[in-house]
Amino acid sequence: MSASIPNPVRAAFTTHERDDTVIVSIGPSHPATHGTVQIIAELDGEKVLRTDVHCGYLHRGFEKECEDHTWHNLIPYVDRLNYCSALINDFAYCDAVEQMMGIEITPRTKYLRTLLSEYSRITDHLTCVAASLMELGALTAFLYLVTVRDYMYEHLAALTGARVTYSYGRIGGLANDVPDGWFARLHEILAEYETYIARVHGLVDRNRIFIDRLRNVGTISTTDALHWGFTGVILRSTGVPRDLRKDTPYLAYAELDFDVPVGINGDNYDRYYVRMREMDESVYMIRQLMDMMPEGPINVDDRRCVFPEKTLVYNEIESLINHFKLVMEGPSVPAGEIYVAHEAPNGELGFFLVSTGGGTPHKVHVRSPSFVHMGGVHRMLDGHQLADIVTTFGSVNMIGGECDR
Amino acid sequence: MTTPLLDLVAQQLAPHAGVTSHGVQHGVLVLQLEPAALLAVATRLRSEFAFDLFLDVTAIDWPNDALRFEVVHHFYSTTHKVRVRLKTRVSLDDPTVDTLKTLFGSAGYMERECHDMYGIVFRGNDDLRPILLYEGFSGHPLRKDYPKQLEQPLVPYRPPQGTLVR
Repeated sequence: MSASIPNPVRAAFTTHERDDTVIVSIGPSHPATHGTVQIIAELDGEKVLRTDVHCGYLHRGFEKECEDHTWHNLIPYVDRLNYCSALINDFAYCDAVEQMMGIEITPRTKYLRTLLSEYSRITDHLTCVAASLMELGALTAFLYLVTVRDYMYEHLAALTGARVTYSYGRIGGLANDVPDGWFARLHEILAEYETYIARVHGLVDRNRIFIDRLRNVGTISTTDALHWGFTGVILRSTGVPRDLRKDTPYLAYAELDFDVPVGINGDNYDRYYVRMREMDESVYMIRQLMDMMPEGPINVDDRRCVFPEKTLVYNEIESLINHFKLVMEGPSVPAGEIYVAHEAPNGELGFFLVSTGGGTPHKVHVRSPSFVHMGGVHRMLDGHQLADIVTTFGSVNMIGGECDR
Repeated sequence: MTTPLLDLVAQQLAPHAGVTSHGVQHGVLVLQLEPAALLAVATRLRSEFAFDLFLDVTAIDWPNDALRFEVVHHFYSTTHKVRVRLKTRVSLDDPTVDTLKTLFGSAGYMERECHDMYGIVFRGNDDLRPILLYEGFSGHPLRKDYPKQLEQPLVPYRPPQGTLVR
């Protein structure tokens, strides 16, 4: 390979602060960082003096691609933003389009979406906690957590047909209703979850090595967190109960009883604990939702966006035309613009959509929490040890798909 | 849907110099501004009305308009739990607005992205290095006149090799 390939990034600093420091480049492909991200750090021995974080290695033109497809066709794309909790992306996007069209989803869909959002939150937090524990060497805890996560993935595959990227949301409803016995299995999995989570709590919560590595590392204050745009778990770990599910209730969250766990110091330990407690709250919510789940249709009766039944498409000209128009031209969304945000596992996931009245969007913009967090993560890395970059970065839970789009 | 606070903000900010129109859309207060008023209005939002979280900045490209780009800022108040959207129009010849980096640290990264994608220049932001794109990328891909299929590979493509490829 020739050596003429230019460097894709320009570091914010190339000169040393002092004579005895070194500047190293960590990543973009490094075994200790999960996510394709490059951190250029100036080190004084083991101590990190300053860092310059570069993302964008997974940029694949999501927003450009969206402008060339119908509103329906975007659903598989938004799945691939945060692929650890794809359903939340689906539902946030569908919610935005539905609000533009003035559609109110059916009660069953509302409760199902809430339930599945919380279920996704558990899988996302499990992934994050498991990975950050593994990076500290706690492989047993990792295996416990991904065991439960795999039960959940298989269970979601029974519902949607896919393990990770589900494409399950639809504008005006859902792809299909839950199969027989799905809720019974959900009860079993939640019981399994409690067994395994108790083991992880027992293994690490009061473990000396774990506490020494996480306590007072990656600390951030509430003021700083707001200044740098942190939302979600990171903001809550500093001690403020800022959660969109409580603050601007959407879906069925206004009817549910749940707490918003907060931390004290805003350090890595608090973020670990907030995630663990949030999963417990999600389980509590899922149990409430299963009791509340109403019967009824899952799709609204609106020919502007919902596909007609397949048997009608083959036997009736109106439905055939309706189907054809929806596929070829897409659902017609009234002209206008909207910003809708849902509380994703990482923070505020916002969709800013602009329509000119056609079947394809004029603009789709995602306010992705990971990307904003990358802009402020240097505040959590500077001044700590080189080895702490791994744990702090793990606790930020940067998801490349959503960060780089 | 509207809240008393949004009415108050609209009432207080509407007479501000450079605010051309205001209204509530889908629960978000939308203020249309002259570019010169952006920094002053954002400062007032933060200091007088507790809009402490800078959510997002992006642009919309309207290729047929004289003032082609619409720069869109979103703010959220963690106290009042409402959002405000500021919109300014700039032209292709002078796509410049003031940076909000001095008010919100998070604006730095997001303005870099907006500069990458639309070529909007944020006056006062001295760090507009590419963030999602790479050094040497020419053009601004989210502009409507950037062809979707145009490729600018950093590493040259190699022809397929080996016996399995015919």
